[in-house]
Amino acid sequence: MDGAHLTQALRHRVVLEIQLRHARDTFELNVSMRCPTPGVIALFGPSGAGKSTLAHIIAGLIPLQNGYIRLDGQTLSDSALGIHLKPEHRGIGYVFQDARLFPHLSVSGNLHFASKRVGTRAVYVSYDEVVSLLGLETLLARRVHTLSGGERQRVALARALLLQPRMLILDEPLAAIDTPRRAEVLPFLVRLRDRFSIPMLYVSHQYEEVLQLASYLALIDEGKILAAGHLSQLSQLQALQKYIGQEAIGSVLDAVVDAVDEGSNLASVALGEQRLRFYLPNSVQGQRIRIHVLARDVIISTQAPTGLSVRNAILCTLTQLHDEAPDSVIATLQFGQTALLSRITRSAVYDLQLKVGASVWALVKAASLRGNLL
Amino acid sequence: MLTPVELEAFKLSLWISLSSVLCNLPIAILIAWLIGRYRFTGRALLDACVHLPLVLPPVVTGYLLLMLLGIHGPIGHWLYTTFQIRLAFTTTGAIIATAVMSFPFMVRAIRLSIEGIPRGLDEAARTLGAGPIDRFFQVTLPLIVPGILAGMITAFAAGLGEFGAVITFASNIPGQTQTLPLALYTALQSPSGDIAAMRIAGLSVLLGFMGLLAGEWMARTLRKHYGTASC
Repeated sequence: MDGAHLTQALRHRVVLEIQLRHARDTFELNVSMRCPTPGVIALFGPSGAGKSTLAHIIAGLIPLQNGYIRLDGQTLSDSALGIHLKPEHRGIGYVFQDARLFPHLSVSGNLHFASKRVGTRAVYVSYDEVVSLLGLETLLARRVHTLSGGERQRVALARALLLQPRMLILDEPLAAIDTPRRAEVLPFLVRLRDRFSIPMLYVSHQYEEVLQLASYLALIDEGKILAAGHLSQLSQLQALQKYIGQEAIGSVLDAVVDAVDEGSNLASVALGEQRLRFYLPNSVQGQRIRIHVLARDVIISTQAPTGLSVRNAILCTLTQLHDEAPDSVIATLQFGQTALLSRITRSAVYDLQLKVGASVWALVKAASLRGNLL
Repeated sequence: MLTPVELEAFKLSLWISLSSVLCNLPIAILIAWLIGRYRFTGRALLDACVHLPLVLPPVVTGYLLLMLLGIHGPIGHWLYTTFQIRLAFTTTGAIIATAVMSFPFMVRAIRLSIEGIPRGLDEAARTLGAGPIDRFFQVTLPLIVPGILAGMITAFAAGLGEFGAVITFASNIPGQTQTLPLALYTALQSPSGDIAAMRIAGLSVLLGFMGLLAGEWMARTLRKHYGTASC
């Protein structure tokens, strides 16, 4: 990117700035963050971490006690200046966990409730487009109490979008839906993310959802932001690991497909000077993808592998060994700008005499890697 | 089958009860909304005042009205000297007495339905750009229609039976303030009034039945319209 392009990109970059302290009973929210947008910002943390409170404060539903919130340079709240924009004037679409559709209105009545109140904001998406994006064509005349949980959330999403919002807050939109039914909503969320360039704040305690949607992650617990950054940079962070569950520990790589072997359904991405091959049917060169390389799928070898079926052997530097459990260790393997995580047993560390700074080979089966389109 | 005086009492009962319900409606919605939605100092006192007619002997309520609104009472005197309006011993007086007595029923029913609206809907409406008045008319009011109708039916039925407050404040004047219960009372006072009393009692029972059936029908219709889920 040359200089002119860079300034252009920076000028168009909307930023959400939050600096606040908020006390309620014995709980204190103490947040300072600056998120680049557009894109999906995941506010991720366990139940009771303060996620929903923070989301409510951003929307103006809970008055800010101390600090400020700015969106794209505009102050939404500032306790020092005495500014508190009412929620009805913020233009922030909010999708609640429990949908909160109006029971006295039909589905289309709920949608029109929003589209009649756009005010002076520019209309960037039409009623018809929203209806078709969320697949609501056949539901429009229905009364809301006849809808399933997934359908309700799709209507709530459509309603929030028809406000022509300048930002969308999704407050655990899948939490109230049975796990198998979540698949009925998640693809729609992906579609919205790809279609609109408005910032989306996605509140969740499910890492799986975050992986599928978010580009930026803010980890929150006990009212504090513990880490914030691009998911691909944060995924190797020790602080995150205790919140995502052992099985999900791994390295998130965002990359562009640069070669496709159609015969074997293998695609590959270049990561610095190295190359990672993985299974992705029907992939196209130039696609942006996200690969979640799980720590349990990465093998460490101290010698260059020969005679193995493994398709990926990457020469790395072992930069960190940390104890995960009494008998297992998570090793961080750095190559160029990228790091992989590997879960190995303590006895393997001892037998291979692994030490920080050593050069090792990271072995990953291509078949165990799945690329997700971004 | 009914004597002209009884027919007059029947019509007057309907008129007085209906008028009292309509007069009460806007005030009852306002008070129910205040008590149901907000926490403010004096809320408990307001609530108590609303419910007072329910626990006081109706004669006492009628007497208090007479003290306040009678020609020698502070408000009644002012009304009379300024506008030549007399309330005590008139049809309007009977409407006021009935309204005061049935007011708590109405506030109760409306307040219950206001409290039954999930608070989240108001928040959702706020994020969708609706201001307070907009929210009241487009969200709260449509959702409390069942409560309002239930309150109106109960208050109307209670109004038909009001006796003590009406006879104390508005007296028992045939054609002006003599409602069905008052006519029944008059009939009982007369040695040959047994048949008349039975006719009036039967009429009252019929009216009561119709009221209950109307209420049930309305509740069923509304359930069909709104569904049972609160979403």
